[in-house]
Amino acid sequence: MYELLASFAQTWGMLLFITLFIAGGVYALWPKNQAAFDEAASLPLMDDDRPAAADDVAPCDKDVKHHG
Amino acid sequence: MSASAVKLKTGFDAQAGIVAAIFVVGVLWSLFAAANGADAAIRTHAWVIGLGFLVGLFSMAGVYSGGGVSIDKTQYNETIIKYGVIASLFWAVAGLLVGVVIAFQLAFPALLSFPDFPELNFGRLRPLHTSAVIFAFGGNVLIATSFYVVQRTCRTRLAGGVWPWFVFWGYQLFIVVAATGYLLGITQGKEYAEPEWYADLWLTIVWVAYLLVFMATLMRRKEPHIYVANWFYLAFIVTIALLHVVNNLAMPVSIIGARSYSAFSGVQDALTQWWYGHNAVGFFLTAGFLAIMYYFIPKRAERPVFSYRLSIIHFWALIFIYIWAGPHHLHYTALPEWAQTLGMTFSIMLWMPSWGGMINGLMTLSGAWDKLRTDPVIRMLVVSVAFYGMSTFEGPVMSIRAVNSLSHYTDWTIGHVHSGALGWVGFISFGAIYCLVPWLWKRKGMFSKALIEWHFWIATIGILLYITSMWVSGIMQGLMWRAYDSLGFLEFSFIQTVEAMQPYYIIRGLGGVLYLAGALLMCWNVYKTIKGDVRESDASVKPQSASIAAPAE
Repeated sequence: MYELLASFAQTWGMLLFITLFIAGGVYALWPKNQAAFDEAASLPLMDDDRPAAADDVAPCDKDVKHHG
Repeated sequence: MSASAVKLKTGFDAQAGIVAAIFVVGVLWSLFAAANGADAAIRTHAWVIGLGFLVGLFSMAGVYSGGGVSIDKTQYNETIIKYGVIASLFWAVAGLLVGVVIAFQLAFPALLSFPDFPELNFGRLRPLHTSAVIFAFGGNVLIATSFYVVQRTCRTRLAGGVWPWFVFWGYQLFIVVAATGYLLGITQGKEYAEPEWYADLWLTIVWVAYLLVFMATLMRRKEPHIYVANWFYLAFIVTIALLHVVNNLAMPVSIIGARSYSAFSGVQDALTQWWYGHNAVGFFLTAGFLAIMYYFIPKRAERPVFSYRLSIIHFWALIFIYIWAGPHHLHYTALPEWAQTLGMTFSIMLWMPSWGGMINGLMTLSGAWDKLRTDPVIRMLVVSVAFYGMSTFEGPVMSIRAVNSLSHYTDWTIGHVHSGALGWVGFISFGAIYCLVPWLWKRKGMFSKALIEWHFWIATIGILLYITSMWVSGIMQGLMWRAYDSLGFLEFSFIQTVEAMQPYYIIRGLGGVLYLAGALLMCWNVYKTIKGDVRESDASVKPQSASIAAPAE
């Protein structure tokens, strides 16, 4: 059992991990993803100035800027 | 309950039934163990556990007689995060206080030993300190911030109805059970995994619920992209589940007894333990807090993440490499040398993702460097990232076998751990709390910005006293252990090394006092802010509406 698991880990397991790792790197560096990543980079900043429609405050209300 | 179109409360549904059933089983097990437990320790401990489950049942009765848990989908669930912030502060003070006590127990062992009260023995208080600061303080910060960040970046309310509350209170119960167990002398003797099998089992249930709540919230997101902070949180939750379950595989002596025996033995047990132990550092104290970095630094600095590509590479490199670093805790042991070398090699490779991540966090301030001067919260967050860089540089150095022969088993290790824990984990948590409190309680700033400045400087001086004294003490200790005279005899006896270290132990204790004082200032500041005594508005605090924003176009 040990030999079986160890030989699997040392061959296919290793190749799987390396492939996944390279795939992650390719995804990160793929030129076409640049626009989506640029948008994602400011995702935390985009959640405070557009209240939901159900809310009684009008959309794009600038009251958040008063303190700023 | 409500007849209107928007359902605001759950009512007593099937989910609540499951939670109530879990609590009833808990009460019954506790009663059985209190009456018939296999050992004296469990017969005492079971009362604490049973009381916890009873309080849970009574609280449920209170909540559900009022219509159940709120599930208003137009609002973020901020109440649970308020609870999390207060729990974090409470456990921070408790954990740091115990740390100060044990630091002075080491400095003045004769004065501070209490033979009549074994509960106050250093050996029992030490795991109380480590668990309280890492799991109680750090864990509550991670649960609270993860619930905050996942809602905000997915533009959706926390999923799961009663389950987030089960996670929060269940986790507090785990902390209390673990902590009281240590005081009673119940431990399985594995570092950072001291709680016995029944506490481990309870944490597993709570943690699986945590994972499901987090994933269910991700699945109902309104934002197509899953923000990088959520990836780090998810990696933290999944990996801790895996590490916890595997390292705690054990056979209890009795199902109503405190003792259990590990499924592993000898060197396998040691390797499993340090695979767990180092990844508790890697995934609890690093990945989870990096998630905080990737949300709170851009948010507070009002700047996008410096390089989102780098954040993805940072994530995958950290995940793939950290998991192999554990064996560096077992240099010069029965562990095969190739495994030691593997652990050392992967530890050194960790420099790249760690420093990549540090650069990404620091450079997010590009164009906003002036905020370092004007905003003490940003300064706290940035200094924390600097400590992250420093301790992730020191760690790989210490993992090199030759360096480890000097550093291992000495205070250098303690100093290293605390530069990461006080500098990185502590400061990023304090920074996140200073951000969260005005956002959650809808205040225009903290009660006093000056007190944040005081907290920052007092705590920074405390950390410097701590780590510099432990460097000197640790390296001296290591050198004294390996000093031989011309005839080949050991130059120093063990007690001589202890005597030589005493001044540094006092300095370390003072550093701890300063750090604790800073945390107490924060508690006062947070209390006054929640009470509404905010005097001036703070330009760096942008109001955060509890209403869920429409997704970005």
